[in-house]
Amino acid sequence: MRYRAGFALLIALAPACSGVALAFLPKSFLVLAPAVAYAACAIFLLGLLARLWRWTSSPVPFRIPTTCGQQRSLAWIPPARLDNPSTGLTAGARMLLEVLTFRSLLRNSRSRAGSDAVTSHDSLGLWLGAIVFHWSLLIILLRHLRLFVQPVPAFVLTLQKLDAPFHTGAHPLYLSDVALLLALAYLLLRRLANPLVRYVSLLTDYLALWLLLEVALTGVLMRYLIGVDVTSIKQFAVSLAAFSPVLPRNCGPWFFAHLFLACSLAAYIPFSKIAHMAGVWLSPTRNLANNNRAVRHINPWNAPVKTHTYAEWLEENKDKLKSAGIPE
Amino acid sequence: MSSDLIQIEQHSPKGDWASTKPEFRKGTWCYSATPQNLSSLDLPNPRPWQPSDPDWKLPENWKQILLDGIKERLEKYRSFRLFMDLCVRCGACADKCHFYLGSGDPKNMPVLRAELLRSIYRRYFTVSGRLFGRLAGGRELTEDVVKEWFYYFYQCTECRRCSVYCPYGIDTAEITMIGRELLNLIGCNTNWVLDPASKCYRIGNHLGIPPHSLKDNLDFAVDELEEITGVRVEVPIGKKGAEVLFVAPSADYFVTPHYYTLLGYLALFHEIGLDYTFSAYASEGGNFGLFSSHELMKRLNAKIYDEAKRLKVKWVLGGECGHMWRVINQYMDTMNGPADFLETPVSPVTGTRFDHVRSTKMLHIAEFSADLIHQGKIRLDPRRNDHWRVTYHDSCNPARAMGLLDEPRYILRSSCNHFFEMPESTIREHTFCCGSGSGLGTDENMEMRLRGGYPRAMAVKHVKERHDVNALACICAIDKAVLPPLLEYWAPGVEVAGVHELLGNALVLKGEKQRTTDLRGQPIQTAEEEPAHA
Amino acid sequence: MRERWLITLGYGVFVVFFTFPLWRAAAARSSGSMPRLQSSPAGQCVAPVEQMRVAHMNMLFQWREDAVRHNNLTFVAYNGKVYRKSLDGTCLSCHDKQQFCDRCHAYSGVSGPDCWNCHNDPRAFAPRVMP
Repeated sequence: MRYRAGFALLIALAPACSGVALAFLPKSFLVLAPAVAYAACAIFLLGLLARLWRWTSSPVPFRIPTTCGQQRSLAWIPPARLDNPSTGLTAGARMLLEVLTFRSLLRNSRSRAGSDAVTSHDSLGLWLGAIVFHWSLLIILLRHLRLFVQPVPAFVLTLQKLDAPFHTGAHPLYLSDVALLLALAYLLLRRLANPLVRYVSLLTDYLALWLLLEVALTGVLMRYLIGVDVTSIKQFAVSLAAFSPVLPRNCGPWFFAHLFLACSLAAYIPFSKIAHMAGVWLSPTRNLANNNRAVRHINPWNAPVKTHTYAEWLEENKDKLKSAGIPE
Repeated sequence: MSSDLIQIEQHSPKGDWASTKPEFRKGTWCYSATPQNLSSLDLPNPRPWQPSDPDWKLPENWKQILLDGIKERLEKYRSFRLFMDLCVRCGACADKCHFYLGSGDPKNMPVLRAELLRSIYRRYFTVSGRLFGRLAGGRELTEDVVKEWFYYFYQCTECRRCSVYCPYGIDTAEITMIGRELLNLIGCNTNWVLDPASKCYRIGNHLGIPPHSLKDNLDFAVDELEEITGVRVEVPIGKKGAEVLFVAPSADYFVTPHYYTLLGYLALFHEIGLDYTFSAYASEGGNFGLFSSHELMKRLNAKIYDEAKRLKVKWVLGGECGHMWRVINQYMDTMNGPADFLETPVSPVTGTRFDHVRSTKMLHIAEFSADLIHQGKIRLDPRRNDHWRVTYHDSCNPARAMGLLDEPRYILRSSCNHFFEMPESTIREHTFCCGSGSGLGTDENMEMRLRGGYPRAMAVKHVKERHDVNALACICAIDKAVLPPLLEYWAPGVEVAGVHELLGNALVLKGEKQRTTDLRGQPIQTAEEEPAHA
Repeated sequence: MRERWLITLGYGVFVVFFTFPLWRAAAARSSGSMPRLQSSPAGQCVAPVEQMRVAHMNMLFQWREDAVRHNNLTFVAYNGKVYRKSLDGTCLSCHDKQQFCDRCHAYSGVSGPDCWNCHNDPRAFAPRVMP
């Protein structure tokens, strides 16, 4: 078993690091809460900026889009505008749809080579798991604005209403909460159950999922089972947003667990694979138009190379050209 | 399927990939490049060695050379830096690789092929990797890692199929190209790549055909075409002031079945009266430099524009070749342009202005011919291809680095009465590689070639069984060289043909005699006879 | 480099979205404080205030369940006092919907389980009697 030590560490230490322990510390430690939140946000934003800066400091020497459809060539052959964009605008649309709908994953299939055939069938599990996870996470993040903004913006209230079409029990059940947990569970189980994916998985792949799951679980527990004084939380959140933090009172240990976990996640993002949220936009096989033959792409470090010139070649082949009657 | 064939099996991998080592079993790797070829191209560390040797005779400071090489390339290629950082190991690419499907070797999953390099990147170039080592997915750079790189970066055909499915567009071709560049820095390269490259550099083409043999071959083709069609064509070489420079992969002059495609080109150019010329100096469209390093690619590619300038042509026309078109479409203009001494190609027959190539000024022959057919400027008699039941194999590079999908199909549908597509998941952008691209098409690598080509061959077998397909058309010189043995092994009874060979069969020439054979010299039914296939 | 400019712009847009609460807070600084509620006129509620703030809705749900399904209307509070399980009769005799319930629910953006679909706000109909 690979990473046995790592797994033990993850399972044993993660909740500890996660802030559950922190949350049960003496109340005087809560003085740290605003500082932790600010630090996490700063690391998140500056870290991402640094990462972007690092990526963009390497140039794109060649225009190498992966073309996934017919090129624009002859006027009477309809080009695949999105999958083989020929303008910056359609390349932008391809990129945007890639980010919003994961079109590449939508092409996914499962193939298996048997002894006399290769079978292939569509496989939408990964796409579904990924899209449900990302979109429900976005909806949940937007819903959190109700805590940070006073008065609560109208679109957040509308979103809440749409997200909770069924009223069951004392608290509206947000579908995005259910969807996020299901999707995370699917992604984690898939990583463990699919032998190929398990084989390629690194400890950090589990760490990212684990952190997300812990954030989601503490949030859900707090909201649906344990109960919190949401007014106090809002007061704390708004005070953070107004840069005049008050100390959180009456928020309960689970809130702090949730908060510190979310802060750990935010601070971890720039250093982890989750930075793909920024990096995907830069992918040169997706964000460039396939117009290489129409518009010259400039390579900033293009340098002269040693070639075998015609003059050198002629020197070596003069007699052969002559005997064959080929003009020099 | 009979038991003496290679058994294709897939097992669930177990254990830790980082601690397995490749086994250099005969049939799964390519011979090393000879010291002569390295010297001829001024490449480092020329020495006799073989991958099966325990000692690879690496330079003393090989580790530093590699780490410096990685650093330099991280700074030069955003693609490399991003593809090292972005992967989330979702596994979408895992079963998209023909080498994985054919070999069952988990390190042929694109994600792991990239992890071979990524693990080193993490260990030496990221903070978390330097601090946490293996826990953060890092790995020490050892000679075993170099051997592993060699084994697996020469088990990737740079076909880009995985990049179609990757949610971040991570392109293993890019990673393999960088991986091979790194290996080149310490003199670990294969002869099947560097021998053609060296010949192309010195003599003018991959096969090393000197000018007078080129002339002999083309003259022979003229005679043969006259025998078949009764029409004598002219083939100029190095003609100054011609309108068009024609550049084809050199296999077309010399090797079957490529040669029949050459006959097709010659007949077509004669029929439309194209003012064109071949070149002995730039007698190669293909570019094995692509399989070695960006620099070598540029060194070989430079000849085309140099020759176009010297001959004072107006534009350049390119023949049927796969990776050649990767280079022309995605690299040539950037590397060796601007081609401001040329003009935007205009078809002298139809008047069509090919604005989509207005900068590079190099047109694909399938684009050129599809326009001719569409404008009704040539007469085709598809019945002359009635002995062929044809399917079309999209070559990786024209499909996924260009999008040349419908032009060749239009030509085929116009030239043949019996055309059938292979299953959707194996054509167009989903096309499966021949298994021998990017310089792996050598015979000592045969087992891996047959394994890599297995998914393609199974798709051919499918249409063979369903539609009696007996011809696989394609527009790639490597395909034409390596698909015949592949199909003979997995799907016997299917021949490999060029698109312009089939066009040449159907093309009605002014003043031609009644054709009794196709361009291969095989008898065809004449117009009066009943077709054999209903 | 044109694309670096574009990327910086993209990042800027992201930061603006991400820090939306900050500039909203800056714009609405004056109205950002937490609602101050009147304490109950009787001086104490059916449960300690901390508990009510966290779980009043759970209690109301339990009351509804007990009253409607089991005809159990007696609630014995933590301090031994006995109350009738009734939103209108017990809770709203001290608390005001608009001045009490709505202010916190609006402040936190909590939509609540629609008490007022069935219950009336008694003070919306009766003349207000100040204690």
